[in-house]
Amino acid sequence: MSPIVELKDVRKSFGALEILKGVTFGVNKGEVAAIIGQSGSGKSTALRCMDRLETIQGGSMVICGHRLQDSNIDLKALRRDVGIVFQSYNLFPHLTVAENVMLAPRLVKGIARAEARTIAEAVIAKVGLREKMDFYPEQLSGGQQQRVAIARSLAMEPKLMLFDEVTSALDPQLTGEVLRVMEQLAADGMTMILVTHEMGFARKVADKVIYMKDGKVHEMGSSDILRSPSTPELADFISEAAEH
Amino acid sequence: MNMTFIISLLEGLWGTVVLSVLTFIFGGLAGFLIALARISPVAALSKGTAVYIEIMQGLPLLVLMGLCFYGPGIFGYDSLTPLQAATFALTLYSSAYLGEIWRGCLQSVARPQWEAAECLGLSRWQRMKTVILPQALRIATPPTVGFMVQIVKNTSVASLVVGYAELSYNAKIINNSTFQPFLYFGIAALMYFAICYPLSVQSRALERKLNVANR
Repeated sequence: MSPIVELKDVRKSFGALEILKGVTFGVNKGEVAAIIGQSGSGKSTALRCMDRLETIQGGSMVICGHRLQDSNIDLKALRRDVGIVFQSYNLFPHLTVAENVMLAPRLVKGIARAEARTIAEAVIAKVGLREKMDFYPEQLSGGQQQRVAIARSLAMEPKLMLFDEVTSALDPQLTGEVLRVMEQLAADGMTMILVTHEMGFARKVADKVIYMKDGKVHEMGSSDILRSPSTPELADFISEAAEH
Repeated sequence: MNMTFIISLLEGLWGTVVLSVLTFIFGGLAGFLIALARISPVAALSKGTAVYIEIMQGLPLLVLMGLCFYGPGIFGYDSLTPLQAATFALTLYSSAYLGEIWRGCLQSVARPQWEAAECLGLSRWQRMKTVILPQALRIATPPTVGFMVQIVKNTSVASLVVGYAELSYNAKIINNSTFQPFLYFGIAALMYFAICYPLSVQSRALERKLNVANR
């Protein structure tokens, strides 16, 4: 299997503060990777770098064949291949669910309105919100909004999906409905990288678990490392997470 | 009270409306470009317009009006009519204020909205047009209408320098021959109020309506 995500000694600083201190890992096509770790460990920054919302300052990062350290990178092509879902949903409040989903296919891929609507119907049905097509985001619950955000990314048929703590703003009941959608995506063979605090979900769905600490990958392996961690730091982190 | 004078005041009122509308069109267009330039990633554009705004906001409108009326003549270009000079000065003045108001409105649309649109692959202009501007427009409406009231009142400054026949200028001319300042300036005041008050009411109504929508 070929890696479609490859990070080698990636470094990133904000001013004098070094957030990523040499991060190295790879994710193969069809794999689900979960990045876990304390707040401030650099996991969200690493994810944001993968969609070039942040630029890296050292090392190399290749995402779906795009070399992110290059200054002349084709950002439009990168973002066609990569979808990202944020903690705060970030739906466009002045557009309906269908319009939110149709926007990128129409503007970026130049697909006609009717055809874009068909695509939107398919992906919105996939996240179980077919009857909410013409609602505005503020009329939906947090869980529903997040599912629309996932549908909006799916409409561009990405090769890789990034999830940045997508359930952190939701209560447990709504978390479940979002996680079920993500589980279905994983079962469909989508390559996914998720930054998450949901240990149970990581254990169940992730092919690879990456534990980050102080801007580095501290321990990495199959989801078995969540049951039998080999470093005391990961063991502490898991037991702390279990208390919540 | 003489009917001729009332008609003269009404003509002045028309002059005020014309100058206000012209100012709003040109000042609005220039202000929009300035707002876009202020948030541009090109440093020369954002710094340059910041300097422009500082200069315009640091000058009294009366002085600006004088410069625009007498300035071109000094450089041997004297075909500027009073209306053109007044429109030019008010455009410079209002573009700086509107540019700054609208920059604030554009920037008050949450940064994650930019990022979400960027990650979907939309170009900078597409993001602006389909995601940011529609949201900024809602925020911008109340302060913009509020500033329109300022413009209407500030057109009176043109009477002191450029001699364009707007409401204050005509009231002054009438007073010079009738010596009834309270009567004719009083009528002028009512006419200004008749334009500005509905705008203010509109502005407050919009503010309420948009606040409900935003919650």
